[in-house]
This record gives sequence, structure tokens and C-alpha cells, in this order.
Amino acid sequence: MSKTRHLVNVTLLIILATAGFYFLFAFMFPLPTPAVTQAGPIDTMFQVHFLMMAFLFALIMVIMLYAVFVFRRKPGDEEDAVHTHGNTTLEIIWTVVPTIVVLIFGVYGVLVFNDIRAEQEDEMVVEVVGRQWSWSFSYPEFDDAAAGELVLPVNRPILLHMESEDVLHAFWVPEFRVKQDLMPGRVTELRFTPTVVGNYKLRCAEICGLDHSGMLADVRVVSQAEFDRFIEAARDEPAWAELTPEERGEIWYGTERGYGCVACHSLDGTPGVGPSWLGIYMAERPLADGTTVIGDEAYMRRSILEPDAEIVAGYQPGIMPANYGERFEAREAELMASQGIEIDIIDDLIAFIRTLEE
Amino acid sequence: MKLMLNVVRSQPFKALIAAFWGALIGLAVAYLLRFLHDLIAVDLLATEPPPFATELVLPGLGFLIVAGHAFAGVLASVGFLRDTLLGRILYYGSESAYVWGIFGMTVSGLLGNGFVNAIRLSVGLDATLLTEPSVVFGGIMSVVGFLIGAGVLSDWMLWSVGEDAPLKHGAPAGKPEWFRYLSIDVNHKVIGIQYGYTSLLVLLIGGLFAVLFRIELSQTGMQFLTMDQYNTLFSAHGIVMIVSILLGVGAMINYLVPLMIGAADMAFPRLNAFSYWIGIPSFILILLGMVVGGWDTGWVAYAPLSLRAPLGVQLFLLGFYMNGFSSIASSLNLLVTVVTMRAKGMTYFRMPIFVWGAIAASLIQVTATQTVGVALTMTIAERTLGLSFFNPAGGGDPLLYQHLFWFYSHPVVYVFVLPGLGIISELLPVFSRKPLFGYRWIALSSIGIALVGFLVWAHHMFTAGMSDTLRIVFMVSTLLVAIPTGVKFFSWVATMWEGKLSFETPMLFVLGAISVFLIGGVTGPILGTVPTNLHLHDTYWVVGHFHATMFGGFIFPFFAAIYYWYPKITGRMYKESLGKLHFWLMVPGFWVMSFGQMSMGIVGMRRRIADYDPALGIEWLHVLVTLSALVIGWSVLIMIYNLIASAVTEPMAETNPWGSRSPEWQIPSPVPEFNYDVPFEVVGEPYDYGLPGAEYIKMQPAASGD
Repeated sequence: MSKTRHLVNVTLLIILATAGFYFLFAFMFPLPTPAVTQAGPIDTMFQVHFLMMAFLFALIMVIMLYAVFVFRRKPGDEEDAVHTHGNTTLEIIWTVVPTIVVLIFGVYGVLVFNDIRAEQEDEMVVEVVGRQWSWSFSYPEFDDAAAGELVLPVNRPILLHMESEDVLHAFWVPEFRVKQDLMPGRVTELRFTPTVVGNYKLRCAEICGLDHSGMLADVRVVSQAEFDRFIEAARDEPAWAELTPEERGEIWYGTERGYGCVACHSLDGTPGVGPSWLGIYMAERPLADGTTVIGDEAYMRRSILEPDAEIVAGYQPGIMPANYGERFEAREAELMASQGIEIDIIDDLIAFIRTLEE
Repeated sequence: MKLMLNVVRSQPFKALIAAFWGALIGLAVAYLLRFLHDLIAVDLLATEPPPFATELVLPGLGFLIVAGHAFAGVLASVGFLRDTLLGRILYYGSESAYVWGIFGMTVSGLLGNGFVNAIRLSVGLDATLLTEPSVVFGGIMSVVGFLIGAGVLSDWMLWSVGEDAPLKHGAPAGKPEWFRYLSIDVNHKVIGIQYGYTSLLVLLIGGLFAVLFRIELSQTGMQFLTMDQYNTLFSAHGIVMIVSILLGVGAMINYLVPLMIGAADMAFPRLNAFSYWIGIPSFILILLGMVVGGWDTGWVAYAPLSLRAPLGVQLFLLGFYMNGFSSIASSLNLLVTVVTMRAKGMTYFRMPIFVWGAIAASLIQVTATQTVGVALTMTIAERTLGLSFFNPAGGGDPLLYQHLFWFYSHPVVYVFVLPGLGIISELLPVFSRKPLFGYRWIALSSIGIALVGFLVWAHHMFTAGMSDTLRIVFMVSTLLVAIPTGVKFFSWVATMWEGKLSFETPMLFVLGAISVFLIGGVTGPILGTVPTNLHLHDTYWVVGHFHATMFGGFIFPFFAAIYYWYPKITGRMYKESLGKLHFWLMVPGFWVMSFGQMSMGIVGMRRRIADYDPALGIEWLHVLVTLSALVIGWSVLIMIYNLIASAVTEPMAETNPWGSRSPEWQIPSPVPEFNYDVPFEVVGEPYDYGLPGAEYIKMQPAASGD
């Protein structure tokens, strides 16, 4: 066969294979249904990339496999093949053309990036706090209304201000495409405009320790009317003085206005990162050093203030932060100043735990 | 100095080491029995043995086993039992540098640990074997102890007191030839093979970790691992594989480069031995880290998580750090060797192309390793001494760690792949019977990749919180990597074009390498452009892309190299049928694994999670990926069997079975101690296949007088 014949064959095969791979990739790489405006240009870029991938993959694989089948050594042939050292024109072509393509992709990337990062009119700021291993959200526009789930009105541009209380975390809702890490000591931001009403899952995407996989939160994109109802319920600061200690304890336990105890301690007996709270009041607690201790109030207070002092058998030290004492004192002082009420958060928590009988 | 040497070389001391070695074996046996007992009695038969069995009989039995093995060790050392297998293991083991090193490591580590604990006790602090500062200091001391115990530093120590210590060649007195591989040896081929089998052993350990957590992932929910075991396993898998790859790179460079450039050895043989041997205690420290509490930071150890992680992270950081000495010393050695010891007439553009890959990799290692060393030291210091570099609570910056870390850890992936790509370029002409297409372009593209590789590190941080400007700059620089990489692909297929291809196992692995590296290559730009990266960052897409580059750029070429130079190393041919079986299991296995990982990543599977949401509907993909991981694992075991069995059973191979023009194939296999009995002169181009009468090298007439 002549040289041209080979080239024609290969060119045809590359075109066919490109089409084949492109359809295969569409099947193999199904992007989650987009739910924000910003997903539009990003998904277009994904498709351009997939096409490029299909072409490059076809280009090299076809030439290689063609050589494997057509240019194989015949049995008994001990001769060497043709002696060609290279071809400078070819080398220059396959250096310059990729350079141009790469620069085009660079410019394209910048355009899309500027597009998805652009400030929108009438942005609603939501403050996001991540901690090992839970999320909380608050809405500065609505008197810092607080929630343990992220509820967003549809078609309103959102600007997240995010900060971590401990280690790195990352905000990622696959349907929203964009992703951003949370850092302690620095506020990072993320923009998107939800366009599709529905329920989504926020998944922490930066390794953050033991229960990284379980660091999830519900995300609901809702109609404006439903959002208004949600905000109304969420913005009411509880009248702390009117609540019983047990009710307050339950609030402290949650993520909305509390301290996210729920991330590690279940209420139904399921062991998590930490022991469940079910039925531990006045129960015999087996410790990791082989001794036991009675779950009285003094024990619970110690367990909160010095978490590593007595580790329950089967659990690890060094996981629960040891700074809850300070944080509680700060909150108590703030409540004293703003509402003139005197509260002991640990007492509330213990009162709540006492309600959890088996 | 002399007195100390006499003490350690005396019979009672050797018996002590033998007892130590015996006790180690005994411990392993006792733990194995205990494991089997628990498995059968507790897990399978669901019976609870009576207390006297668990509290008295089992520990007593364990003690007897350990003491018995220790006693047998003493016997073997003084000359008994040597006709039994156990006796030989005990005797040769107790004489090997590995056991001496581990003995030194244990003693020195305990001393260091005790030293800090003594200070702590004297000022009224708590002190146990696992107190963090004691563990760190003990860890540092243990590496020094290993090196002294193994005898890596002996020559230098003797010089320092004015004693003579010439280079020793051949097996130690009274030992068989194979014992060289268990000793401190300065010959580059011995060190290369030591790197090689250690690399494969470490690869198996890292692979075992992967298989364990892959099985865990094949279903949602936690099956047989706890979350902290899972986190420790995937973190350890990362760093253990990196150690394995660095060892594999060392194996290829050490064995091949002096042979290819016509040198008798590396420029600094003792430093060469040091580079290998310091890797052993580093690796042991990493494994110990898993035992003393594990760690949950991944191999990247991002602050501030690394500052809060369990104790194991300290030994991991320390082991990682110590391994850096190996990289720096060996790359310096390689560069000096290539610059000063090439054969007459071997200009840079007449070197076998693999040497270019080795140079490019070494340039990176010798300049970038220091920054990760700094990052690791700062983390260790922050944890141990309470300094504050990365913790914002003390005025530190978590982003600083990521910059320091990736300034090394991005370029280092090119350290892994450049020698591998060199192997592809080296083997293709031989099996295509055609010159390498565009030699200079390939050579310079290696240097190009190495240089561009220094400018792209922050693409690992596109979501970390950098400014938009920086993200754009690093997006463009990252895309530039595609250009030199493309040159390589095009040159490879052009080399094959109109060739006369044959498909022995090494060639199959080269073709597999190209296809797999291609997967890694084409899935890169989509990660390089920031808008698409924001979705894919920290997902299994990255896992798939990364494994494809590592397998295509290192694992496949490394296996190709092992098969290709196996007859050079052993003098015998591997079993072709098993080699082909290995290939046909591993390539489809890898393709499925790779595409499966990328597919689940795009759907929403995050990296480094112990459990995933059943609602994502990706369980079937996980099953598929786990099965392919198992297939890959088994295929590698087939190769290991092939390598061991063929060295014993196969007949002697021809001197140049592949018809290669490279100088190392023109001399007998296995290669003589000093490589070329007569120096050669380079008179032509390395890859002039198909040009009648074209010579590459000419052996010079013996003893010309200079």
C-alpha cells in the first residue's frame, strides 16, 4: 500500500473514532443536572473539552493501533525497517499547533471564569460556617437568621461568605458545579444563582479528618414565598428565658444556633464519631483505660470541658475540641448583655441529655 | 573506633543480633498464630475461649515462640542449624545489613525516646513511650541508628578518625554471591537491584492497602473497616506508593545509566549506597506511624488538619522528610555521573534517550525536594514545639503550607514519569526496528516538561482561596504542559509508523503505557481550566486522571523495563507466556478502573471519603473499580512469580536477545563487576536501525596505555 493510502485510512479512522469516543464520553461522563446559571457556560466548556479529549484520544490510539496491525513484523523477517531520523517540519507543526490550541483554551477559560465569577445585581449574602463535621448558615440580610440547612430562593443571585472554625473544608453541591474551600481565619466567597427548585446535598470536598465523608448538609432551592416563610421561622431569635433548660439544650445540640454536637453524637444509640447520648445519664460508662465511671452531672461537665480526660472505650481521644468552655462562656456573656438572662449552657445540655431515656 | 568495630564484629555481639532477629521472627509468628486463632475461634466459630486460654495460654505460648526463635537465632549464629531453612534464614538474616540496621534503629530510637522522657520527667511532665516529643526525637534518632547499625556510615566514620577504608567489591568474606544484595554494597548494579526488589515489595504493601479499602468501598456503609482505619489506609497508600515509585526510579537510574554511558560505576558509590539505605528507615517510620495511631490527612497533610491529626502523622511526616535525603543525594550523584563520566565520543545528543529522562528527573529532585522538606519540618515543629506557621489561631497561614508543599509535590510527579517516558522512547525503536523519531525533540521535551513543571504547582489549589488573578496565571501555565507532552506522543507514534513491530512482553507494556498515559494526558486539560476544575476538583476524576498518569508514566514502563532488562540482570529469559498473561489482565483492568473512577467523579464521588451516598447511584461503578483493582493486583503477583521462578528454571538467554544497539547489550549477561572490561568509544548515533553498517559504539583495543 502506498503512503497516501495509509494516511487516508488513518484520517478516516480518526474521524470515526472521534465521533465514537465523543458519544461514549457522553454516556460515561454524565454531569449532574445543572441547577444554577453558572453551570451553563461551564457545561458548554465541558462539552468542548470532551470533544477535544475524544479527538486527541482517537488521534494517538488510531495511529498506534494502525501501526500495530499494519506495520507488524512478518514471521522470519530479520531486516530492520526504514531509516528515518525525523522530520523537522512535522515536529514544528506538532509543537506550534498545540501551542495555538492551548492558548485558545486559555483565553476561553479566562472568559468563562470571568463570566461565572462576575458580580450580580441584588446578591443575597449567606454566611456559611463549616466545622468538623457539620455546617451552619445564616442570613445577614434577615437579622442573621440562622439555619442548619441551606435554603435559597430560586433565581436570586447568591454570594456565600464562608469561614471554617477548625480545619479546611470545601463547599460543593455537584448540581451547582462551582466549589470553594473554607479556611479558618479567612473569609472565602462563592457566587451562583439557583434556577431550579429542588433538593440538593452539600458535600464537604476537602479532607477534614475522621468523618469527612459524613460532612453533609441539605440544600433546598425554593420559591420566593416558601423562602419568606422559612426566613420568618428562622429569624425569630428564641426567647431564651421562656424556654425550659431541656428545650434550650436541644437547640445547643443542633447546628442552627447550637454547637453541632449532632455531627458526632447521635440520640438513638447509633455509635458515631463519639458515643451516642441515649441513656447515658447515670449509666455506667466503660472507659478506654479499663475503668468505669458513672455518668453523673460532674462526669458530663468534665467530658465537655476536658474531652480527652476520660475516653469511653471504643472511641478515640484528640477528636473533640477542648475549647467549648471558652465558647460557652462567650455566648453566655453575650446573652447576658443582649437579653439580660443568665444561662449555663452545660446545665442546659445535661438537662437535655437527662430526657434521653432508653 | 577500632575498639568499637572489634566489639560489634565479635561473636557474642553477632549472637545478640541473631537473638534479636530470631525474636522478631518469633513475634511475627506469634502474631500470625494469634490472628488465626481469633479468626477461627472468635470470628468463624463464634466461640469465646475460656479466660485462662486468652489470659494465660496464648500469651505464654507467644512468649515461648518468641524466646524459642531468639534461642534458635543464637544457635544459628554460632554455627548450628544451618542445614535447615529456618537456620539459614536466621543466620543470613542476622548477618544482613537490614537486620543490623533495624537493631540499630530500635536501640537508638528507644534511647532517643528515653532521653526526652527523662527530661520531661525531671521537669514534672508526663512521660510514656508514646509521648509526642519523645516519639519525634526517638524517630529522628532511630534513622541515625539504622544507618550506623547497617554500616552505611562506617567508611566515613573510619575516615574521620584517620583510618583507611577502601571500596570493597564482591560478596563479603565467606558468603555466597547473592548475599551482596542483603549487604551494604557500593556497586551500582547491586544497588539498582536492591532499589528494584524493595520497590516491588513496597508496591505490594501499598497495593494491599488499596485493595483493602477498595473492598470496603464496594458497598455503601462501613463494612469491615472503621473510619479511622480507612483514613489511615488511604493516606498510607498514597505515601507508600510514592516511596515505591521513587525506589523504582532509583532502580532504573542506578542500574542503567552507568551502563548506558559507559561508566564503571556512579560518581559517588558510597553516597549511592547511602541514598538507598536511608530509604529503608524512612519507610519503616511511615509504617510505624500507622501502628501508633495512624493519621487522617491523606499524603498531602494539609494544615491545620495535620496539626490536629493523631500521633501517627508525626512519624509519617518524619519518614517522608527523611526520604528526601535519598532523593537529593541520588539525583546529585546521577547528575555528576552523567556530566563527568560519559564514554569517549558520547556527546549529550548521542546518549541513549533514557539518560535524558534521568537527567530531567534529577534536575527536579535536586532543586525541589528542599521545599517539601521545609514544609514538613515546619509542621513537625509546629506540632512538637508549639511554633506557629500554618495555624491562623497563632497568626499562621494554611495557604502557605499548600504553596510550599505543591512546589515540590507537583514537579515530583514528573520525577516519577520522566524516567518512565524515557523507557518508552528507549524501547520503541528496538521493537519497531526503526530510529527514534525526532531524538532531539524528545530529549528537549523532557527538559521542557521539567522546567514548565516548576511553574504550575498552584493548579492543585484552584479552590483553595487564591485570588482570581493567580488562578488565571496558573491555568495558562498548566495548559502549557500539554505542548512538550504532545511532542512525546507524536514522536512515539511516528517511530512506530512504517516500522516492523514485534510484540514481546516489554513492547506490549510500552504500548500499554502509551495508551494509559494517553488517558492521563487527555483528561488533564479539563482539570487545568479553572471553570471545569471547580466541578472536578477533589473528586474521583482527579483520582482517575492521577492514577492514569502514574500507571502510564511509571508503572507500565517500569514493568516493561523489568521484563526488557531481566535477561541482562539474571542472564535468563522470563517466561513469555506469563508475561503476556500479566499484560492482558492488567491493561483492560486498568482501563476499566480508570474510566470507572472518572465516571463516578463527575457524578459526585468525592476523594478521600470512607463512605458515599447510595443516592448517587454509583455503587455498581465501585464494584467494577474494586474488581479491576483486584485483577491488577493478581496480575502483578503473576509477574512477581515469573521473576522469581524464571531466575531458577529458565535456560540461559542470548547476550542480546532484542537485537538492541545500546552498549549494555554488547557485553555478557549478567554484567561483569566493572561493566566494560575495555572502554568503548561512541562513533555513531544510538538508534540507527535500518542503516546498514552504522555503528553506535566501538570497543577500544584493550590496554592502550592511558
